[in-house]
Amino acid sequence: MSTTDKAKNTVLEVEDLRVYYETPKGDVRAVDGIDFTLYEGEILGLVGESGCGKSTAAMGILQLIVPPGRIVSGEIRLDGVNILDLDEEGLRKLRWSKLALIPQGAMNSLNPTMRISQQIEDVIRQHEDRQKRKSKQAVKKRILELLQWVGLPERIYDMYPHELSGGMKQRACIAMAIALDPSVIIADESTSALDVVVQRVVAQTMLKVKQATGVSMIMIGHDMGLMAQMVDRIVVMYAGNIVEISTVEHMFRNPGHPYAQLLIESVPSLKERKPLKITEGITHDPRNPPPGCIFQLRCPFVMERCRTHKPVRQEIRPGQEVACHLYEKQEDGRYIDVRDVATNS
Amino acid sequence: MSEMLLQIRNATKVYTQRAFGGGKRQVVALQDFNLDIPHSPATITTIAGESGSGKSTLANLVLGFTRLTSGQIIFNGQDMTTATSAQQREYRRDVQAVFQDPFGVYNPFYRVGHVFDMVLKNFKLAPNAAKARDMIEEALNIVGLHGEDVLRKYPHQLSGGQRQRIMMARAYMLHPKLIVADEPVSMVDASLRAAILDVMMRLRDNGISFLYITHDLSTAYQIGDRIFILYQGAIAETGSTLDVIDRPHHPYVQLLVKSVPVPDPNIKWEGTIELPAEEEMRTSQKSGCRFYPRCPERMDRCLTSAPALYPVGYSEGHVASCFLYDKKVKASSIQ
Amino acid sequence: MATVPQIAPNPVPPAPEPVEAVQPKKMGRFNVWDTPWFNTRLLVGVGIITVILFMGVIGPIFWDTDLASERNLEARRLPPVGFTSIRGVEGTWDHPLGTNNFGHDMLAIALVGAPNTFILGFVAASIGMLVGIILGFTSGFMGGLVDDIIRLAADITLTIPALMVLIVLNSVFDRIDLLTMAVIISAFAWPRPTRQIRAQVLSMRESGYVRMARLSGASNIDIMFKEMLPNLIPYLFASFISGATGAILAAVGLETLGLGPQGAITLGGTIYDAYTNLALSGNLWWWWGVPTILLSIMFVGLLLINLGLDEIANPRLRRGKK
Repeated sequence: MSTTDKAKNTVLEVEDLRVYYETPKGDVRAVDGIDFTLYEGEILGLVGESGCGKSTAAMGILQLIVPPGRIVSGEIRLDGVNILDLDEEGLRKLRWSKLALIPQGAMNSLNPTMRISQQIEDVIRQHEDRQKRKSKQAVKKRILELLQWVGLPERIYDMYPHELSGGMKQRACIAMAIALDPSVIIADESTSALDVVVQRVVAQTMLKVKQATGVSMIMIGHDMGLMAQMVDRIVVMYAGNIVEISTVEHMFRNPGHPYAQLLIESVPSLKERKPLKITEGITHDPRNPPPGCIFQLRCPFVMERCRTHKPVRQEIRPGQEVACHLYEKQEDGRYIDVRDVATNS
Repeated sequence: MSEMLLQIRNATKVYTQRAFGGGKRQVVALQDFNLDIPHSPATITTIAGESGSGKSTLANLVLGFTRLTSGQIIFNGQDMTTATSAQQREYRRDVQAVFQDPFGVYNPFYRVGHVFDMVLKNFKLAPNAAKARDMIEEALNIVGLHGEDVLRKYPHQLSGGQRQRIMMARAYMLHPKLIVADEPVSMVDASLRAAILDVMMRLRDNGISFLYITHDLSTAYQIGDRIFILYQGAIAETGSTLDVIDRPHHPYVQLLVKSVPVPDPNIKWEGTIELPAEEEMRTSQKSGCRFYPRCPERMDRCLTSAPALYPVGYSEGHVASCFLYDKKVKASSIQ
Repeated sequence: MATVPQIAPNPVPPAPEPVEAVQPKKMGRFNVWDTPWFNTRLLVGVGIITVILFMGVIGPIFWDTDLASERNLEARRLPPVGFTSIRGVEGTWDHPLGTNNFGHDMLAIALVGAPNTFILGFVAASIGMLVGIILGFTSGFMGGLVDDIIRLAADITLTIPALMVLIVLNSVFDRIDLLTMAVIISAFAWPRPTRQIRAQVLSMRESGYVRMARLSGASNIDIMFKEMLPNLIPYLFASFISGATGAILAAVGLETLGLGPQGAITLGGTIYDAYTNLALSGNLWWWWGVPTILLSIMFVGLLLINLGLDEIANPRLRRGKK
């Protein structure tokens, strides 16, 4: 099903976001000009290897970047408002009530001295609309409702984090994220530390929450199998740049960008034994990216043009945008893969 | 010299914890574990399980970081509890490890070459500097790293994958008989794991056996010869990797295999599973099958006695600890 | 690297314009001197301390330091250059910082006294650090009863009011010299390093690289001195600086009370001489003024070094650009 057929509402728009980290030898370009859109009710996957900037991008959207990092440029529009222009008070109102985060290792950041109910209440109190304060009963009711939605039994209300298992703690964090009914949730590696079966339960909980509330999600991770189960579209990042945005079907069936192809090929399967695909990590100095295409040093299909001209992201077919010189637009508007041309001529 | 490299017999490890609010709690981390690793051919034996399964405990026992409560670890025919210190030193050399965290294992003060220097010096592996250089170079080549300049780098300058490979090279240099690899790829990016798994297979082809500890069935499927799947300290199922994962028999293993997310958007998880909250938290079952609370096939019998390992499937050595496969029960129920 | 396949020129519109990369602040502004090690505070602090120590080395070459102890009855009570004392006497370049009641030259006193005070502080801190390393490692590594004993001793020493004990100790000894005084002060300089090092050892003991070292056949001594100690160096530095500051403070305190080393010229001792010889009423402000200013400068220097080291350890304190 092509997602471009429907007229989708845009919930979050990121334009030319750049986040650099200052080091004595030059700025590390953690996020170097990314653009993407999040539509209402979808789950967008954000994948890439360590150091590609996916977590930094999430932090940037939430304005949680601390020195020596800084947001150099960009616009982040949530429901039309550029949140980079907001002051601290504006951000407070925004966080959690419109834009929530489940950070990496969230389950380890629960306050060990507070009961679960207290922690969720804290979140609600901190970020609710001060004009419309909820009563104590209303808050309690809401918390119990949240626990139910994430599949946790009522008695969790009075328990402390150390009494819960990893999966339960993670679901408590999900409950915290949806407490104020946000429009966007960013989940950073929210199932990484969990066992397979628990991971499935937590993932299915998140899907259930999405169905029920219509919230849009950005899921950051590196487990492609999990992505296949959960997301609608996938954004692939490499060294601070977005190289491909495709629907999940296109990504797994015919990934466009050579890096995306590499990612798909390195997913081990439980169905068959196949030869392992070996590759190196990010090879260039993040302070000094090469001119032209960011992937040129590792790309098996690199061409002369890649060394000088940075490829622009193009929609090579409905539902698939790739930033790669391999795809060229014909006069009739279609795109061809230059490798096909080479073999045919 | 016996023909078995490592024999673990009825290994049991019990921890005593102080429970909240007073009182002591016995946690059985590992129960009556048995394992045989032959000298040759070299094999990769996978120990798979989730947290609390006892796999890390097993690794610590084999590496000598903790002691058995009961049972035996017999290495080359020698019971390790009665080993002399010279024999223990031999064991140290013959059994090496690669750990989960590719960063923490390096001393940040030194360049990565330090890990090789330590080993060369303490085990007197090379008579002179030139031979030492050769050994290091050979070890690096076998893990797919080239050039000595990688030795001059500091740990933070290399990727996780490179660091793990260097650890493998270090282990290889000692020419151990067995390498215990405790979650070697779980902290490495998915796209970079293949290099390390490939090294493990190459080392196996060079005669080094592996005890591969992991929670990730997919990687186990790709490289393991034999697999043991543990659940809360006991073996649920064991056999050749392809058999166990292609045709799982134990209800827990079936659940596990079904829960691994398939990297195909058209094959989604079937249905949802309910995880009763009490069972998410570890139960220390005193008797009976540990999987009883979660098992969709449970019978009364399972509550009172723990099942033995019954043969299942088609190949030799494929067994599962589940009463469903107790032939005597089957026979009687047919009557 | 894959070879670049030659592709036939394409009959399609020309390639998109090369995208101009946003120019981040690059190498021009940052040069090799701009590493965190060379931050302003650290540099200024080190500069100050170096100058003072330098004074002690170079000073005697250019200025006769015997003037510090020679009585010069003609040139008594001279104010520093540019000032006029109440008695209407003017300062001269013969004695740029003035003279005291006995005609001792203040500049000479400064040139000798400042380095002396420093040496005292550094020696005391060094002894304290050495003891701290030995006890801290033993305590952290071995644990158990040994750990308990050492910890108890350190805690007790920390709670004892140091100045009082030092006063008693000092009065017990008749004539003490600079080094003896340093040793006495070090009796109170060891607990803090011991505790700090112990804490670090405890956390390092469980680290991955220590485990690896054991698997590589390293002995306990190897682990302590080759694996753990090098990682402690930043802590030792910072601990040393604050130890030295504390020791100098204690020393000055004792000296100002008249309990300092006799025979050696120290800044605190000079202050003591000043007020016991009624410099306050005699309005010979430079007598206690010069040592006081010098001491202040020294403490500022040490403080800046401490802050500078802090900035290195914690990147968030580095001044980020806006």
